[in-house]
Amino acid sequence: MTTLLWLTVPYVAFTSFLLGHLWRYRHDQFGWTTRSSQLYESRLLQLGSPMFHFGLLAVLGGHVLGILVPASWTAALGLSEFAYHLISVSLGTLSGLATVAGLAILLYRRITVPAVRRATTRIDKVMYTLLTAAILSGMLNTIGGNLVGGGYDYRATVSPWFRSLFTISPHPELMATTPISFQIHNLLVLVLLAIWPYTRLVHVFSAPLGYLTRPYVVYRSRGGVLPPNARRYVRAWDVSTRT
Amino acid sequence: MRVMAQLAMVMNLDKCIGCHTCSVTCKQAWTNRGGVEYAWFNNVETRPGQGYPRQYQDQQRWKGGWTLTKRGRLTLRSGSRVKRLLNIFANPDLPTVGDYYEPWTYDYDNLLSAPPSDTTPVARPKSQITGADTTITWGANWDDDLGGGPEQISRDPVLAKISAQVKLEFEQTFMFYLPRICEHCLNPSCAASCPSGAIYKRSEDGIVLVDQDRCRGWRQCVTGCPYKKIYFNHKTGKAEKCTFCYPRVEVGIPTVCAETCVGRLRYIGVLLYDADAVLAAASVPDDQDLYPAQLGVFLNPHDPRVVAEAERAGIASEWIEAAQVSPVYQLIVDYQVALPLHPEYRTMPMVWYVPPLSPVVDVLAGTGHDGEDAGNLFGAIDALRIPVEYLAELFTAGAVAPVRAALERLAAMRAHMRRVNLGEPARPEIAESVHLTPAEIEAMYRLLAIAKYEHRYVIPNAAAADAHRLDALASGCSLDSDGGPGMTAFDAADSKFHLTASPADTNGAAAPVDKARRINLLDWDGKNTDGLFPPVTANGAEHVPERTR
Repeated sequence: MTTLLWLTVPYVAFTSFLLGHLWRYRHDQFGWTTRSSQLYESRLLQLGSPMFHFGLLAVLGGHVLGILVPASWTAALGLSEFAYHLISVSLGTLSGLATVAGLAILLYRRITVPAVRRATTRIDKVMYTLLTAAILSGMLNTIGGNLVGGGYDYRATVSPWFRSLFTISPHPELMATTPISFQIHNLLVLVLLAIWPYTRLVHVFSAPLGYLTRPYVVYRSRGGVLPPNARRYVRAWDVSTRT
Repeated sequence: MRVMAQLAMVMNLDKCIGCHTCSVTCKQAWTNRGGVEYAWFNNVETRPGQGYPRQYQDQQRWKGGWTLTKRGRLTLRSGSRVKRLLNIFANPDLPTVGDYYEPWTYDYDNLLSAPPSDTTPVARPKSQITGADTTITWGANWDDDLGGGPEQISRDPVLAKISAQVKLEFEQTFMFYLPRICEHCLNPSCAASCPSGAIYKRSEDGIVLVDQDRCRGWRQCVTGCPYKKIYFNHKTGKAEKCTFCYPRVEVGIPTVCAETCVGRLRYIGVLLYDADAVLAAASVPDDQDLYPAQLGVFLNPHDPRVVAEAERAGIASEWIEAAQVSPVYQLIVDYQVALPLHPEYRTMPMVWYVPPLSPVVDVLAGTGHDGEDAGNLFGAIDALRIPVEYLAELFTAGAVAPVRAALERLAAMRAHMRRVNLGEPARPEIAESVHLTPAEIEAMYRLLAIAKYEHRYVIPNAAAADAHRLDALASGCSLDSDGGPGMTAFDAADSKFHLTASPADTNGAAAPVDKARRINLLDWDGKNTDGLFPPVTANGAEHVPERTR
């Protein structure tokens, strides 16, 4: 069971994540979009969306620091376990709360605004459920586990396990003893990663940082639009044009 | 000097009757799809009026186009690149669908499927956004013909720049139509706003397009365009815009809006311009200098140095020749009767307008004066200060002189041509007063009034030659390459656009085989009945001709 959950599942999820993105990028450029619903409703979105996205970016940064960076590295920088704990709990709670509040506004909007609700697809619903569950369970770990419950040093178990997956010497047994709330959070995130490439979440990977450096006006030659014998992309949105 | 070619359009507003044929044919061709129900790549708005989307000209609110920084550098009105990336999660300056209008259809099925009842069933309006019952409160041309009265008209952002006393007088005297498409600007702020770099200007013909595969739906371009001519497809999550009907102009035929224009008021031609001069011209400090600055960017295609530079830049000789006979160049540069729409947005728009003189003539005629007399007309243009001021807010950032000059040329043309048509002795001073020769006035008259198809549209064949190759690629099969099993397939573009009487032309396939022998009732003389009825066979049954392909 330990092997299945903490060895097979993560590798299946990573494979789906990687190959799925590769497949989608090659075959569905036309479907690769944020699918923004701001055209329908702007006021609530302007309230919730920045809060959610910026909060999530901070949360992501926290995960990089807590999961990918080994405890020994931060210790070498002179950061004591107590100081790390203080930083992670305070900033983590703050950004987590912003994320949850933003998400709540966005979900409220998605459910109550008829146009937005109608534009929600089935995969959207699956994705929103998983995303909400993952964020709430993570919030529970930060607040319940670390703030109220006296702290759990995930950097001794979860983090080494996660890193071990990438060094081809996985240690699934590290996860066996972790609290159930951490296990649930991990599993939810793994499933979310597995379906990621098939949802609108792909827009994360088109973050337009190149905009900061490119010239304002882009010129392109007519000849460059259609390379000879180019395979046309499958138009996922319109069945009638499929060939 | 870096010579580039641009396909540009001029619309003669005197001739626009506001029939919306251009809008409808454009919609049928391009936006007759889900997700862009609310989008009109071509729309016709009544001026004064709010326009579409409502009050789009209020850039304090919508932040479209360019502006100058304190140090005089050109920057997007919606903010720096960093600021705009920080706004990417929620664009604070984005119009919502209500600012355009909520598209609707009718529940026609109810007319047939309603159960028997005492009342007549009705087709109720249904929102195409939510699918629910809706109340229609606005449309793309809701205030057409000054509909809605002063309450709606007074919300015109252009009118707001003119004083209150002027407004009242204005409403009693003046109305005209303004058809709008994408301006295909030399300095497109939509392209500059696109975080993904999906919007590009084609280097061959200057058409501004959205790469549907590279657009990621950040919707910054909608804000960036001050003319609000980029639309967000809410089904596909991608931006869409007027394409200048590139599949048509590539094979040398005009855009759908121009082709179907009832008033024949649109002109399409090539302009050569100096791409290196665009930035400086768009950055001149005074808004009112932008129109002359843009004129300065255009190059004289008859100048041998320009021709040499154009050839060096790889512009095909067909394009240079087309630029030399371009109706657009004549109207913009030679006669200077065409003006840009809102040059103060600093995008260097490339769809220009001949301002309407007819409202002035109407007022003259209405007050019992001779509306064709040069003296009367010149006086009226000055006396009717209000229309000229309004036109100046639209076309020259408020500078009255160029608008007055253009109207005076049109007035001189009227007066001169009436003398010619009535056989009265010519009065050369009419032409002189607007710095034209009688011959030039008559040439301008032929271009504006006679407006032959081949004079209105000078779209170079070089594009056609190239497009044949591209079109065959787009619609053909990858096996059609040289030596491939499908190589017998010949150029698909020919038959598609009926450029040649090709045997592959299957347009008539649905017609009966004996169509040629049948009587056309439209010109039937009422005597001969041959071909009026199907032939009767020996056993009395009607002979039904077999259909073959």
